[in-house]
Amino acid sequence: MGSTGEGLGRRDLIKRSAALGLITVPTMSFLSACASGGAENSTKGPAKAAVTKENPFGVAKGGKLDVVVFKGGFGDDYAKAWEAAFDKKWGTTSSHLGTQEITAKLQPRFNGGNPPDVVDDSGAQQIKLDVLAKGDQLADLTAVLDSPSLDDPTKKVRDTLVEGAYEQGLQGGKFVVLKYVYAVFGFWYSGKLFKEKGWAPPKTWDEFLAVCAKAKEAGIGGLAHQGKFPYYINVVIMDLIAKKGGLDAMKAIDNLEPNAFEGNPAALAAVEAVYEVVEKGLLMPGTNGLTHTESQTAWNQYKAAFIPSGSWLENEQLKQTPEDFDMKFLPMPLLADSKLPFEAIRAGVDEPFIVPEKAANKAAGFEFLRSMLSREWSTIFAQQANSLTVVKDGVDPSVKLRPGTQSAVEALKAAGGNTFSYRYPDWYSEMDTEIQNASNELMAQRIQPKEWIKRAQAAVNKAAQDPNAKNNKRS
Amino acid sequence: MSHVAQRRGKYGFIAGFLFAPLALYLTFVIWPYVQTFGYSFTNWSGQSPTFDFVGTDNYAALLKDEVFRGALWHNLLLLVFVPLVTILLALFFAFMVNAGGRGGAGGVQGVGGSRFYKVVYFFPQVLSLAILSVLFGAIYRSDEGGLLNGFLTRMGVIDAAHPVEWLNEPDLVLWCLLLVVVWHGVGFYLVLFSAAMQSVPKDIYEAALLDGAGRAQTFFKVTLPLLWDSVQTSAVYLGIAAMDMFVLVSTMTSGQFGGGPDHHSEVMSTVLMRNFLYFGKSGYACAMGVVMLALTMILSVITLRATRRERIEF
Repeated sequence: MGSTGEGLGRRDLIKRSAALGLITVPTMSFLSACASGGAENSTKGPAKAAVTKENPFGVAKGGKLDVVVFKGGFGDDYAKAWEAAFDKKWGTTSSHLGTQEITAKLQPRFNGGNPPDVVDDSGAQQIKLDVLAKGDQLADLTAVLDSPSLDDPTKKVRDTLVEGAYEQGLQGGKFVVLKYVYAVFGFWYSGKLFKEKGWAPPKTWDEFLAVCAKAKEAGIGGLAHQGKFPYYINVVIMDLIAKKGGLDAMKAIDNLEPNAFEGNPAALAAVEAVYEVVEKGLLMPGTNGLTHTESQTAWNQYKAAFIPSGSWLENEQLKQTPEDFDMKFLPMPLLADSKLPFEAIRAGVDEPFIVPEKAANKAAGFEFLRSMLSREWSTIFAQQANSLTVVKDGVDPSVKLRPGTQSAVEALKAAGGNTFSYRYPDWYSEMDTEIQNASNELMAQRIQPKEWIKRAQAAVNKAAQDPNAKNNKRS
Repeated sequence: MSHVAQRRGKYGFIAGFLFAPLALYLTFVIWPYVQTFGYSFTNWSGQSPTFDFVGTDNYAALLKDEVFRGALWHNLLLLVFVPLVTILLALFFAFMVNAGGRGGAGGVQGVGGSRFYKVVYFFPQVLSLAILSVLFGAIYRSDEGGLLNGFLTRMGVIDAAHPVEWLNEPDLVLWCLLLVVVWHGVGFYLVLFSAAMQSVPKDIYEAALLDGAGRAQTFFKVTLPLLWDSVQTSAVYLGIAAMDMFVLVSTMTSGQFGGGPDHHSEVMSTVLMRNFLYFGKSGYACAMGVVMLALTMILSVITLRATRRERIEF
């Protein structure tokens, strides 16, 4: 028996309404993600104790402390140890959350006005600091800097920090972020491989290319990079620019100047130098499409001579690194006529800790940060997370370091005051992303250095229209 | 009790049951929509409860946003190819396992081993998209450690020093992703179509066979018209999958929330998420969400209209 669809039969109606319901499914998940938490939570008035020299922020005994840390390469054992120490001293009850989903867990809390007291806002899903700062969600941490150091009460906390820790915590001119981990950036190689092959660590870019060429002859890739994340190759390009053009070339980029890339000979020379590696076929085959773990592991398997990264590399690759690999750090080799010496390195502070402006127990949050900047807590971090902190000489000498970290420490000593660091990735996420895209194209040989310069400058010019560009200036 | 009262009682009874789901639906589906629509007229950063009203600025910016337009184009491309390829393959396989066998004395049957195939075809559907992206990540891996590259190198098709960077090639990446979606979907639709085919009375096939119809004729004249309802529903489902694509693109391609290389695999949802969570332009992202919703609605209505046919009941 046949029937035609005249009018709207019962079956049709059900079918159609089901179909209409279905189409809303994919959009719904995105749209509902857009909804914010609505009203603010304005009930709590945290109890306060008297402000004394020992208790500069007036932490109330027996309060609550809410800590959220990124559980990434450093794990979160260090934070648990800290919280235990804090609870013991202040009689607080701390709640701990170690997660990789910082944004998912915290965005509703920021929007709802009930954020935690201390946050390690890091990892791939961090809430961007520029975004938080723009929304007035970050507490001004200047008070922490001006409080007495726990190690030496005659000193202010500010004076116990390494260079750069203060500047890199600024957003819109206010110190709102404590970046706790100290990292150096450059190339890494295997001491064992270089010894075996009789290669000397290169000091100039020409020597670097020569080692890459020798590696290629030996059937090894020259340079590996984390192609799926062009962040890393940008470290190479930007550091070459800074070393050749001097600190002014670096600041021109951070300050979004109209000639940051275009018409800057140092920038063109740097991009051309990196492009030479591609052109001469000295990249490890396939490296452009690999993730950081894939490429770093290939490098650990002696499939490439060099890889760019920060000093977290050793901790990140602990399981993949052969026992006798002898990981070594190499400052970025020099282009001809460079303004900075070979020893100069990008030294950055990272792992941003913040205290939200609307935290329920802000005083305890501040005290927590002050304690982090003591030698005792800094040593706990070095032991548990295998990394250095922003506290000057903050690690007890009895802690034995692994070879990579050891060589990074030596390079840092050799660099002395010759350290530098870029700010634009923190200040202008969009510009950073666009330059990364251009670098990806450059490494795949789809664009030429001149085109890269053009695209990078376009990204800078676009960022200059950001309302934040007025506040983010460095000198 | 009068009839009217009785009826009212019945409706009250039904409404009582409907109230809870309706309330849930309004709270968790409709209300976010309304909110999103509101946010799309603001410069909300997504990390703060404060924002300003900016009128239709976001929509104006959206019109000029080349990345979003590119993403829209990719979505439309997928919208055509994902349903088309998946349904054609699924129909073909379903026909083969159900009615593709030689019509001997036993009447209509599938090709040899069709029971086994049915189970095997369904396997990909069991895997979650997250596992799928890991699996195909290994297949498409850009050095010789990748399954495809390793295979092609050993066959001597490509040079080991220049492996194909599947997901890093602007011209390949979208097709590579399409293949994953199709691979994932065919099995499910095969089972769906199989079920529909099995409900077709055997005597219709037998009559067709007696009249001398070949396989192709049986398929086009008998099977497809009788399956039209299922095909139509599948097209809508697959269209939805093509409009989304978020999980695969964001995990398999380069860039924050995927979309690389250089926006060549960008889809609307990845652009939306990047603006929403990474660039702190949530108001702008909400405008994208509204556009996505409008487009999906329009496209679904078109699909249902365009495929409307006389239906045959049996």
